[in-house]
Amino acid sequence: MAKLKIEDLDRIAEEARSKMTIREGAGKARITVHMGTCGIAAGARAIMSAFLDEIKAHNIKDVIITTSGCAGLCSREPMATVEFGNQAPVKYVDLTDEKARKIFKEHVLGGKFVMEYALSVGSERIR
Amino acid sequence: MEDLSLHILDIVENSVSAGAKNVEIVVSENRPRDLLRIEISDDGKGMNPAAVAHATDPFYTTRTTRKVGLGLALLEEAAKMANGSMDIHSVPGIGTKVIAIFQHSNIDRKPLGDMAATIVMLVAGSPDVEFTYRYEHDGYTFTFQTKEIRAQLRGLEMNSPDTLSFIREYITEHTVSLS
Repeated sequence: MAKLKIEDLDRIAEEARSKMTIREGAGKARITVHMGTCGIAAGARAIMSAFLDEIKAHNIKDVIITTSGCAGLCSREPMATVEFGNQAPVKYVDLTDEKARKIFKEHVLGGKFVMEYALSVGSERIR
Repeated sequence: MEDLSLHILDIVENSVSAGAKNVEIVVSENRPRDLLRIEISDDGKGMNPAAVAHATDPFYTTRTTRKVGLGLALLEEAAKMANGSMDIHSVPGIGTKVIAIFQHSNIDRKPLGDMAATIVMLVAGSPDVEFTYRYEHDGYTFTFQTKEIRAQLRGLEMNSPDTLSFIREYITEHTVSLS
């Protein structure tokens, strides 16, 4: 197969536009992968690649994936934040490739957050 | 950091935090001269000589700038481990250039790693910044520019999944068989 050329992007852009109009109105989700020095060293890039893989495998057009800096919880990296529709953002910690894929299927696609990987549930307590 | 592409990702994040609008990454592998060289130049806000002097000190950080953290210290350590060195040239208001050299054949030289994934991550995080990635390998040169991609987008967003997949495949196809 011939190598990709920059011009091939024309065709991809055209295809993407036609699909986008079909899905218009569907709830958008946003995934933010935390990527300070701590996140990168802990494997944030592999988490990002896992999300991109899933987006491609499911042929999703209305999910935004982005990055942010250190969130101050370096020991819990890799971390990602998922915002689904108008729901409150959920921070996921200690991620692996498998966890990221599960979060993608259940939260990003299904809108149901994955409690066992979330940073915390409920409010903090004072002893 | 497991490989050099992760160091590069980290250093370029510094550039972006420093307000760079253009970042150029050059990786050259020259086996006849037994050298691997990484050069990262940006047009961010730059650092004054005092900040440059402290840039590789892991215990020095100015929270207000966020420009300097562990990243440069880790890259310098990686270079020194492989019989190499790191240099920083910076002019306030003009930009910063980081050059790291490694002995190519050194057993402690980390592998280059997945540069396509690094570039994709940078574009996803900073879709408005223009990135150039040049890869030189014993005389072969491959250049990737987000500027070229942008010109072909025709309404597609720079950080859309389709664009990012394209960039990933494009860079991989043009570089992977070389190293």
